[in-house]
Amino acid sequence: MTLLGWIQIALFCAAVLALAKPLGFYMARVFDGERTLLSPVLVPVERALYRLAGIDARHEQGWLGYGLAMLAFHVLGFVLLYAVLRLQDLLPLNPAGQGAVAPDLAFNTATSFVTNTNWQNYGGESTLSYLSQMLGLTHQNFLSAATGIALAMALVRGFARSSAKTVGSFWVDLTRCTLYVLLPLCVILALFLVFQGMPQTLGPYVEATTLEGVKQTIAVGPVASQVAIKMLGTNGGGFFNANAAHPFENPTALSNFVQMVAIFALGAAMTNVFGRKVGDERQGWAILAAMGVMFLAGTVVTYWAESAGSPVLNALGLPGGNLEGKEIRFGIVGSALFAVVTTAASCGAVNAMHDAFTALGGMIPMINMQLGEIIVGGVGAGLYGMLVFVIVAIFVAGLMVGRTPEYLGKKIEAREVKMAMLAVLCLPLMMLGFTALATVTAAGLAGPANAGPHGFSEILYAFTSAAANNGSAFGGLSGNTPFYNTTLGFGMLVGRFFVIIPALAIAGSLAGKAVLPASAGTFPTHGGLFVGLLVGVILIVGGLTFFPSLALGPIVEHFAGSAGQTFATGG
Amino acid sequence: MLSHLRPALVLLVALTAITGLAYPLAITGIAGAIFPAKAAGSLIERDGTIVGSGLIGQSFSSERYFHGRPSATVAPDPADASKTVPAPYNAANSGGANLGPASAALAERLKGDVATLKAENSAQPVPTDLVTTSGSGLDPDISPEAARFQIPRVAKARSIAEEKVAALVASQVQGRWLGVLGEPRVNVLALNLALDDLARK
Repeated sequence: MTLLGWIQIALFCAAVLALAKPLGFYMARVFDGERTLLSPVLVPVERALYRLAGIDARHEQGWLGYGLAMLAFHVLGFVLLYAVLRLQDLLPLNPAGQGAVAPDLAFNTATSFVTNTNWQNYGGESTLSYLSQMLGLTHQNFLSAATGIALAMALVRGFARSSAKTVGSFWVDLTRCTLYVLLPLCVILALFLVFQGMPQTLGPYVEATTLEGVKQTIAVGPVASQVAIKMLGTNGGGFFNANAAHPFENPTALSNFVQMVAIFALGAAMTNVFGRKVGDERQGWAILAAMGVMFLAGTVVTYWAESAGSPVLNALGLPGGNLEGKEIRFGIVGSALFAVVTTAASCGAVNAMHDAFTALGGMIPMINMQLGEIIVGGVGAGLYGMLVFVIVAIFVAGLMVGRTPEYLGKKIEAREVKMAMLAVLCLPLMMLGFTALATVTAAGLAGPANAGPHGFSEILYAFTSAAANNGSAFGGLSGNTPFYNTTLGFGMLVGRFFVIIPALAIAGSLAGKAVLPASAGTFPTHGGLFVGLLVGVILIVGGLTFFPSLALGPIVEHFAGSAGQTFATGG
Repeated sequence: MLSHLRPALVLLVALTAITGLAYPLAITGIAGAIFPAKAAGSLIERDGTIVGSGLIGQSFSSERYFHGRPSATVAPDPADASKTVPAPYNAANSGGANLGPASAALAERLKGDVATLKAENSAQPVPTDLVTTSGSGLDPDISPEAARFQIPRVAKARSIAEEKVAALVASQVQGRWLGVLGEPRVNVLALNLALDDLARK
């Protein structure tokens, strides 16, 4: 660990914090339908879309209508993406001549992008045509991100409104988020990334002759436009197989820094939107503070573990930390910080191979996802995931003092707590249940590339990542098999919709409640005590649920490795 | 559900056209106009042929060139398409080795590579980046220490003074961005091109 390393981490935090307020201000105005800088250009487009679609922008939906609209949109989106992947060999913009994607891989990829997971069982440059990347993946990157933000807005309105029947219009939220928030930011970010060296071309792969006279085929493509939304929308699905470790997908230390900020930018701003909408920005900052505490703790552990190096490197006296699977231009700190950021948010882009991280360095990304990606989290998804935990924390606090729990003047009652628990419990069921299944079936055990506890970690990481809709991987796992394509796809669907639907139900029931005036007995939810309570509840729930599985994987690997033990496949 | 069908269908098609076609095509057009070389992949030409990309590493094995980091990329086995064979710096199929921190295979590989490098230059400690694979398998850079480690071998193979090669390496070191972000590094392809230029003069 070096001083320059800590300065880079501090600069990153400062950049995210500095952006939260202005972006929050802008987004709050967009979702209220107020005038913004871009209105003169975008209002006509927005109106034309509504007219074509037969949408009345003033007509709002109840939580059920909102949810059904979202589901209808997703089903059609899935069909479109599946069709593009299956038919890519017959469609244009395929200079590398990629064949049709196999049915199980197309199912996995379509599910993965529709649920904002972006798990990469596909190989990017070796599997997909340019059209699939653009029309298939780029557009789902936008729409799944916009959906996450729209759903968070519905829940925010549930808290903000008093005795209301509706939580907003899904169509309007979706359209505004795409047009006013994501698209303009992506245009700026994409051009900046090209400036940093990222390709953006529809030309064919380049044939080069190296200095030693060998042929080298260099995959290029419309990379920057996809990477911009991949980061801002916390999607994370790479244009290339190696994702953000690929020099074309992350050319410089500066592009690395900006991409990390982009992952957190909208998620952090959503906490500010929340504060504004409930009439007290401090409520938003308190939630961001709880996220920040857990983020810093994870960053310190991963940075320390990677700087300390891995047992096999240290045994040979190789200095400088664990560089296996990392790129020189990012170094230890740029790789460790990226790993924590990408799993804290539900991004899942990787700029180093998580599989090659030290046992403890690789455990932190796993924990980040197991907690449900509420540390800033996916755009929108992080906020509604965190608010679900807030309800649990408030409930626990209410039990302790024997008072009906309240949050922001809303009584938290049986229905909300039940829904919150449903959302909290479906994730471990998918993560641990499928991991258990994979470790006792031949099809599951065929997956891991590493032996011993690390092989178990590869399986656990995969199902954790899928159910949490992250999409990063311990890449040694051979996931492109019918068993993994289907089980991971199923895990993604449950992990997405069994959180979304309870969250929407909470939004609906909260919106209908009257706001009670604060009294002397009201527990203040903008101070340090609340932040501490919230973090405590999250860590206790997460710890009780996942500690046994972590003990079988990274923890035993850490101690065995430190004692000099190595693990050989087939031995 | 049926009442949602028209808005869902229309918005899906319209937003797909905007975000999946108009947006990437517009970015392609603008990027090609203002950053044509970068948008095309930062390609490097010498004597009319493309010798590579300034951002993508390539395989060097000759004594006369500086070597990059080990690469774990693979290619389909020509004999059996369901299998793969090692193909270092395959820029059409990026990827890492994915060996865990207590992997016996990794320990084995490291031991062999460290022994080879020690035999080549026993005067300096073996730089970690010269024996570890990168995440992409296409890392274009090595650390300045890794470049300096190779100076005696390259100078000997080219029969030029070590000081001359050392000066060239020093001129090729790129620092951190604004002195803060990232790590100091040397682009291997750029260094080797400069080395060839030195010989031509």
